[in-house]
Amino acid sequence: MDARDRLIINELQGGFPICERPYAETGAKLGMSEDELIARIDRLLATETLSRFGPLYHAERMGGGLSLAAMRVPETDFDRVTQIVNAFPEVAHNYARDHELNMWFVISTEHPERVDEVMDEITRESGYAVYKMPKEQEFFIGLRLEA
Amino acid sequence: MQTISEQDRRLIEAMQDGLPLEPNPYAVIGRRIGMDEAEVLRRIAALQACGVIKRFGIIVRHRELGYLANAMVVWNVADEQAALLGRRLAKFDFVTLCYRRARRLPDWPYNLYCMIHGRDRKVVMQQLASIIDRCGLRGVPYRILFSRRRFKQCGARYLSRATELERPPVTARRAVGR
Repeated sequence: MDARDRLIINELQGGFPICERPYAETGAKLGMSEDELIARIDRLLATETLSRFGPLYHAERMGGGLSLAAMRVPETDFDRVTQIVNAFPEVAHNYARDHELNMWFVISTEHPERVDEVMDEITRESGYAVYKMPKEQEFFIGLRLEA
Repeated sequence: MQTISEQDRRLIEAMQDGLPLEPNPYAVIGRRIGMDEAEVLRRIAALQACGVIKRFGIIVRHRELGYLANAMVVWNVADEQAALLGRRLAKFDFVTLCYRRARRLPDWPYNLYCMIHGRDRKVVMQQLASIIDRCGLRGVPYRILFSRRRFKQCGARYLSRATELERPPVTARRAVGR
C-alpha cells in the first residue's frame, strides 16, 4: 500500500459518486486516471486491505433482522464452535474477545424471525447458549479510519 | 421498516457482493437485472435517501490498515443517561461504532457499547482514559473486551435468494485467523 492507495482509502470512506462514470469523477478529484483508480481498488480488494466495495445496507430498514450475539465457549471447544457459527451464512462478523463471554458475532437475516432461529440452531449444534444483544439505539458515526 | 419493491430487491441483490470495477458500474448492474442505467442511478439515490443504503463506498479491514487493537467497551449507565452519553461517545474520532443495547441480567448489566480502534492496546487504553475523563464517566462500571482473533469479517448478506444472474467479480471474502 502506497501513498496513492491511502488517498483512495481516505476518500472512499466518505462515499462514492452515483453517476455514469464514478471512477473517472473520483479519480479526477484524487489526481489519477479512471484506469488507475479501478486497478488500485481491484488490488486493494485482492490483497484484502479492503473487505468490500459497494453499498452497505441497513438490514432493519430492508425488513430484515440483525442482532449482536455472544457465547461463553470453553477454550478447548472454541475451534469446533467457531466452525459451527461461521458456517451460517447469516453470521457476518465473528470475533474472539477477552471476557467470559468470549465469542461475539453479528447475525443478519433477510427476515426478522430468522435471527432467533439461527441462535437456536447454533445452540442445538454447539451445546452452548447464545446471548442476544439487540440494538436499542444507534448513535451516528461517520466511520473513518485514517489510512 | 418498510416494504421494498421487487425491483429494488433485485437491485440490492445485484450489488450485495460489491460494485463492478468497470468504468460504468451502474450500467453493468442494470444490465444484469434488466434496468437501464438512469433508473439504476435514480433507485440508488432513493434507497440512500430513505436509509436502506447506509453508505456507499469501501469497508476497510482495520488490521490491514495498521489498526491492530480493536476493543469493544461496554458501560452500565443509567437508562435515562444512555442517549446523551451515546451521542457524546460517538463524537470521538476513534470511536467507530456506538450503540445502546438491551442488558442481559443478571449476567450482563451493560447497556451502552462503543467500538474503539487503535494502533495498539496502549493507544486504545489512552483513548479510553480520555473518554472517561471528558464524558464524566469516572466510577461508571465498564468492561473492555479486546478482540483476540477475527474469524470472519465479510459484508453481511441481506438477500439469500438464489440468483442465476452473473455474479460480479468481487465476492465477499472471508478472513480466517489473524
